[in-house]
Amino acid sequence: MVAETREPDPDDAAIEARGLTRRFGSLVAVDHVDLTIPRARIYGFLGPNGSGKSTTIRMLCGLLEPSAGSVRVLGHEMPREAEQMRPKLGYMTQKFSLWDDLTVHENLQFMARIFGLAGGERERRIAELTAEFELENLLSQRAGTMSGGQRQRLALAAATLHRPELLLLDEPTSAVDPRTRRDFWESLFVLVDRGTTILVSTHYMDEAERCHRLAILDRGRLVGEGVPKEMMAAIPAIVVEIEADDVAGARRALHQDPAVKSVAQLGIRLHALLDPQTPDAGGRVRGRLAESGVAAQVDIVHASLEDVFVAATGFRRDARPAAAEA
Amino acid sequence: MFDRILAVAIKELRQLSRDRLSFGMIIGVPLMQMLLFGYAINFDVRGIRAAVVDEANTSHSRALVASLSATGVVRFLEPSPGVDELRRRLNAGEISVGVYIPPDFERRRLQNDRAVAQLLVDGSEPMIDSVARGLAMVPLPQRRGTIAPRSSPFEIRTEYNPERRTAVQIVPALIGVILNMTMVIFTAAAIVRERERGNLELLITTPIRPGELMAGKLLPYVFIGLLQTTLVLVVGAWIFDVPVNGGLAHLYAAAGLFIAATLTLGLLISTVTKTQFQAFQLAFFTMLPSILLSGFMFPFDGMPRLAQWLAQLLPLTHFVELIRGIVLRGAPITDLGTQAAKLAVFLTVALVIATLRFRKRLD
Repeated sequence: MVAETREPDPDDAAIEARGLTRRFGSLVAVDHVDLTIPRARIYGFLGPNGSGKSTTIRMLCGLLEPSAGSVRVLGHEMPREAEQMRPKLGYMTQKFSLWDDLTVHENLQFMARIFGLAGGERERRIAELTAEFELENLLSQRAGTMSGGQRQRLALAAATLHRPELLLLDEPTSAVDPRTRRDFWESLFVLVDRGTTILVSTHYMDEAERCHRLAILDRGRLVGEGVPKEMMAAIPAIVVEIEADDVAGARRALHQDPAVKSVAQLGIRLHALLDPQTPDAGGRVRGRLAESGVAAQVDIVHASLEDVFVAATGFRRDARPAAAEA
Repeated sequence: MFDRILAVAIKELRQLSRDRLSFGMIIGVPLMQMLLFGYAINFDVRGIRAAVVDEANTSHSRALVASLSATGVVRFLEPSPGVDELRRRLNAGEISVGVYIPPDFERRRLQNDRAVAQLLVDGSEPMIDSVARGLAMVPLPQRRGTIAPRSSPFEIRTEYNPERRTAVQIVPALIGVILNMTMVIFTAAAIVRERERGNLELLITTPIRPGELMAGKLLPYVFIGLLQTTLVLVVGAWIFDVPVNGGLAHLYAAAGLFIAATLTLGLLISTVTKTQFQAFQLAFFTMLPSILLSGFMFPFDGMPRLAQWLAQLLPLTHFVELIRGIVLRGAPITDLGTQAAKLAVFLTVALVIATLRFRKRLD
């Protein structure tokens, strides 16, 4: 396959949104979001369900009209110039939206025709993509009878048939197993290497960590933005890891300390986020736990992305993504 | 146990009350059916459009026309100058009954051995013939003192359906009923299904234009519609011996126009419904008045004014007139210009509304 490498140009953003807002009646689904998404990068939207990820993506591809604000996608004003933008866009919906009663080949053929791929080029692309996404043996199988992972590969193949400049993926891995998720991300990196800009929404921390840049959305607002590694380094809290047999007891003891802003359970360990001004955070936590008679191993650790997320969403317990524990 | 039954019942009622369209149907369907059946099914037909050719023009002939008119069964439009013109109007569906009074009316009346006048009846419409037969029993106006000599003064000619078979009246119009049913339901469901399953969300982010999408969705149904038309005609001719008197080109032109109109109606329904179930309900909602008010089963002239106005909004009404005219009366479509024009108006208006409502957005 011919590599279509393009040097990313920082001045020329793929997506530029200013004050992007969408209301549904009295509900503000997306609230004054500013975004600058660079080309040829994977950009992640991290947020719990209902944080406005899907609504934002739908405004970016012209499916919904913003209530306020402006957005340019690949240099086109949306939704006014949506038609000019569409040939350059690949979109994968949250729910599988190809045709269950068509076969793999029929689905791909249909989408290729819609995107105006001529006969020879069409079959060549279908052959290329079915090989790349391991769909060759499924060509005559109906999409409705395939597994979640196979359908997801088909959807990505269909979205990339016409070599789009921009791929919008709305929670593409929510219905597949971990192995398939890993393979899927490998495919995304291949696409990015060829110059495709990818915007992907997720509620998986490990996926969010793989993105070049990340936006954290919470209740319609942009509450954090940056490179995942830098965000973890710059977390405005001290992260204390506690390993205790009596996890519930440790949790109760920590909640009584005003310096402890949040406590989250990760398997058998607890992560407590403490005010960054706290002197000797480790000693303070050890003292607290000893007072309550909880035997525990306490260490100050580097922040994980989940800690960043908890800090960004204002230390609210209900803001944690549903799948974060998984 | 009772508690759980109640829980299910309450949940069911809640869901129903949130589906506003279905909830409306609960009230709307019985109300509409009551009115439709009450108004449309009317065997006491009155006000049939008729015209007279009075070549005798005597006081007796005028009295005969007056007593026909007095029955209220027929409603005379302006008289025709000759039999040919009378037949043309019958052929074009302008009138359903023609009264011909020959120049030798007076002699026939006095000789008392032959019919004094002729009733030309359009046999392509249901019930008109039996109504005309009742009308023919009107006694000839007599001078006081003389006795009424005969049972009926009229000779009746049932045109286009001399054997007076119901199948002849029903089969061609059945094309319309079948097309109406399939076209509206299939297209409405075909479009709503894609919305329901999420296919539309993907499709509208592609470069496809709304017009291309709609045209592509409707095109197969045009062929299905023409296939159905052919099927009904062939079976009708083969089993029920229904003749095709008019030109096939005219017939298919009329069918094509009607198919386009019903597809547009289906399209319109698809833009106001969210689920296939709702689309089906709404299609059914338009189906019943179409069958009852279109003149398919009951003569159009027998319906009250309100029902007639309502029927004008239904494409089937105009198609039933068109297809009977072409298939049974052998009329060219050009003679049925009014009906064709009404179908075209329906098509245009519905298409404009549907296009305005169908946008490439989710909100």
